[in-house]
Amino acid sequence: MRPKRSSVLIGKTIRSVSRLRGGAGSALPGLVIEKIDKNFMKDCLSQLPRGVVVVSGTNGKTTTTKIVVELLESRGLKVFTNRTGSNFVRGVIAALLEKIDSRGRLDADIAVLELDEAWAAKFVEIVRPKYSLLLNVMRDQLDRFHEIDRTAELLAKIAKATEGVTVVNREDSRLVGVESPGEVRFYGLAEGLRAEFPGEDGGGRRLVRPTASVVLEALDGKMATFRTGQKSYRVKLGMEGVYNAYNAAGAMALVLAILPEARFSEFMPALSSIQSAFGRGEEFIVEGARVRLVLVKNPAGFQLALRSFPTKEVMIAINDSYADGRDVSWLYDVDFSGLTEEIAVVSGVRAADMALRLKYDNKKVGAIIPEFSPALKKFLVGSGDKCIFATYTAMLSIRRLLSGKGIE
Amino acid sequence: MSQELKILHLYPEEMNLYGDRGNVLALVRRCEWRGIRAVVVPHEIDGRFPEGVDIVFGGGGQDSGQKRVAGDLGRISGGIRGMVEEGVPMLMICGMYQLFGEYFKTLEGEIIRGIEVFEMTTVGGKERMAGNVVVESERFGRIVGYENHSGATRLSRFLSPLGQVVRGSGNNGEDGQEGAIRENCIGTYLHGPLLPRNPRIADFLILEALRRKYGVSRLEGVDDGVEYLAQGVGGKRPR
Repeated sequence: MRPKRSSVLIGKTIRSVSRLRGGAGSALPGLVIEKIDKNFMKDCLSQLPRGVVVVSGTNGKTTTTKIVVELLESRGLKVFTNRTGSNFVRGVIAALLEKIDSRGRLDADIAVLELDEAWAAKFVEIVRPKYSLLLNVMRDQLDRFHEIDRTAELLAKIAKATEGVTVVNREDSRLVGVESPGEVRFYGLAEGLRAEFPGEDGGGRRLVRPTASVVLEALDGKMATFRTGQKSYRVKLGMEGVYNAYNAAGAMALVLAILPEARFSEFMPALSSIQSAFGRGEEFIVEGARVRLVLVKNPAGFQLALRSFPTKEVMIAINDSYADGRDVSWLYDVDFSGLTEEIAVVSGVRAADMALRLKYDNKKVGAIIPEFSPALKKFLVGSGDKCIFATYTAMLSIRRLLSGKGIE
Repeated sequence: MSQELKILHLYPEEMNLYGDRGNVLALVRRCEWRGIRAVVVPHEIDGRFPEGVDIVFGGGGQDSGQKRVAGDLGRISGGIRGMVEEGVPMLMICGMYQLFGEYFKTLEGEIIRGIEVFEMTTVGGKERMAGNVVVESERFGRIVGYENHSGATRLSRFLSPLGQVVRGSGNNGEDGQEGAIRENCIGTYLHGPLLPRNPRIADFLILEALRRKYGVSRLEGVDDGVEYLAQGVGGKRPR
């Protein structure tokens, strides 16, 4: 059933006006639609022949969603997805307004939506997904969710609302027991790899792991070995980083559930060509220097990032707006022993707190420069490999500056 | 002979949210920088309470963790109360701070008994008190931190607060008090973590421990430039 004509008209008009006024990406259109037509989103999405897919969890949503979208597109499906950073209900509405035509038709076979945990729980009250992928529960922005248990509960709501297949990370003890009216399948790691991925609560609370439909068996740089059914497949991934390989396993398990007639081997070329998503390990070339910009959101994520990108020339940028996490104490749950001994530049609103954290690990800090422009000016001297670890809004600002300076 | 302090970390597995282990790190480093060896000993549920402890620390945790810990804390409460009375320096944050009181009454009406080090009670509420906090205290000057709790704590009139709230909610959002202090035992809702950004408190705990153990009366200064820089920034951040 298509959305009301009047809503489409109003929403698109507001969107055009917003954009004319330079407010691209504004949440206003979504806000208005939410108020005048509660069924808009449901109506738009109910048109899709293959239904709605929800991807959620603390870490890896954006990367995993991107992988899922590209894998499905490689098989010729038309996929509707929400843009990075719009992983809340209003953002989905904004993305819909962009894509539907004047009659409210959405030209897509399936929707794959990345949703923040709290928003996903709200979303599934309005739209029941056909498939969902639950990645993990981690300490992230405790000032928003307060408790890991509560985050797990939010994700459980998604499973309870998913009618087709729910794919779950079997390595996460808080997710393994989720219940669903539909089928529950798992993805995970081989025994030998588990040590590479630190858990959040000391792990090991449960001993018996369910059988997974896709397992990441081995990883050597970008060469990943996945096992599904009785077969193993070696693939050179297009993305670096241990977590990206882990996310790819989840994405594959989901895609194989959506397309049961497809074989793992058919997706291997796509897996080799998918690049890192926006700001999550993106590389920039700036005046001869190779600069990698890596998003960090929580202790486990930061540690994995340090392991994936062991550069000697490092800048760390920490902000504390709502999206970054207002309470910066999480920095003390990060094990920085893998970080180089001298950090060239510390930046962001909470640069001093980061410098303090490093001081307490007996690390040296070259310079504390909260403003990004002068910080980058200082940091980008000389060629060679450099790495910037940044929280979300810091990453956005730095990305803007780096894109202006050099070739992406 | 070099000096050594034994720091007891209560329930590091259960009560370890919000980066509170940074407080133990701060104590260890600030000792190290003065040539004092700091040894951290954990106490977990059902563990044997160690001897010769110089400083005791307990951090915040989830409500579920707090319930599990309450029973064991009761088991060792005699020893703890004795140590408080002897003047052993202690720092208890959030959930542990609550358990050092008389009781914690949850939103559902369940009573979790505390160990009565502090004459205070905590009642769970619907509103969450969260955000940046600035406190003025007589002993430690300006204290900056981040609170995140739904329990409202009220001190008896015989118990001194850690300080007065300049910005934030503090113990209950009403009486302008934050934390509690008795003998050398400090309780507070402040995360941050507390000690890195408020080195005076860290040094107070260390000096009291050294005083009791070795008769030391002065602690060598260290460069706290970055600490106060961070405190300055933290104090100006919006609620």
